[in-house]
Amino acid sequence: MVVLVLFSAGFLHAQEIQLIKASDLKRWIDTKSDTVYVLNFWATWCSPCVEELPAFEKLTKKFASKKVKVILVSNDFKKALDTKLKPFVREKKLQSQVVLMTEPNTDEWIRLVNPNWSGTIPATLIVAHKKNKSYFFETPLSYTKLKRLVNKAL
Amino acid sequence: MILKKLLALSLLLSWLFATSFSNGPTGYVVGDTAQDFNLKNVDGKMVSLAAMGNTKGYIVVFTCNHCPYAQAYEARVIELHKKFAPLGYPVVAINSNDKDRAPDDSYELMVERAKENGYPFPYLYDDTQSVAKAFGALRTPHVFVLDQQKVVRYIGAIDDNAEDPAGAKVKYVENAVNALNTGQEIAVKETRAIGCGIKWKQ
Repeated sequence: MVVLVLFSAGFLHAQEIQLIKASDLKRWIDTKSDTVYVLNFWATWCSPCVEELPAFEKLTKKFASKKVKVILVSNDFKKALDTKLKPFVREKKLQSQVVLMTEPNTDEWIRLVNPNWSGTIPATLIVAHKKNKSYFFETPLSYTKLKRLVNKAL
Repeated sequence: MILKKLLALSLLLSWLFATSFSNGPTGYVVGDTAQDFNLKNVDGKMVSLAAMGNTKGYIVVFTCNHCPYAQAYEARVIELHKKFAPLGYPVVAINSNDKDRAPDDSYELMVERAKENGYPFPYLYDDTQSVAKAFGALRTPHVFVLDQQKVVRYIGAIDDNAEDPAGAKVKYVENAVNALNTGQEIAVKETRAIGCGIKWKQ
């Protein structure tokens, strides 16, 4: 019984991973709201991506009261959702929203994020509609840099 | 006489200067002529494009052992070679990853993987990463289709669906090589794709 309760408590805390397409991405990129979107493109198999995840998690926690939305866009394969991505999110107790990119035509959605992006991950796009600005990086980012950019974007 | 030597030297220097810029961090764009290389194959022999004999072009694939995207495309790379090598367009696979950062991509494990999966094409070890830098390869897999004169004619992904070969709607590399082979204009000359970043030496 105790095991069952503990199990279901843990289950409740594990977030649902939404499967997204290019159109979902476009909604965030073309947002008309004041919310700053921080879209990080990563995968469980990408070691430099996994290394920078704590910076994004810290951002989610420190800016919880601000209009900042961190979305971790996984580029794992769909077939790895249950075997790799879900266990990873659970084990690392990720608090930022995790979504899985399932748009098959990568050439199309990569250009949507940034026309100059080669497709190498990690990559991060910060969309600040209020300031009419966006920032794009095809390199890992530190929390210090993220914080500075988000403060500029708010 | 000395003047002539000085002139030759300055010409050489300006040429070195120019080439060091054109082969800078950005690498090749479509239309550039690729420089030949000489890399160690999994059979222990050195391989260059020139030594590949009578070809009409080359399908240069930057790939590796460890990357899930490279693995997903492995069978398709073998198929590309089987289909196009007889037409004069062999696959030349190159691993440029630093083995300290990606231990699965050591030369010894390259030899093993090529043997296990019966690679019908050379699988070369770019130990110094100079070839990846010259090409501007950024990830695995990253394909460069060259013509007979080593002019880069296509850069990018193999097709538009990494996970599901049957779901691929556009086969970029096949289309490019077919166009090249029949003297047609290549419709899509450049594509973007997700892949594992090349593990550069630190």
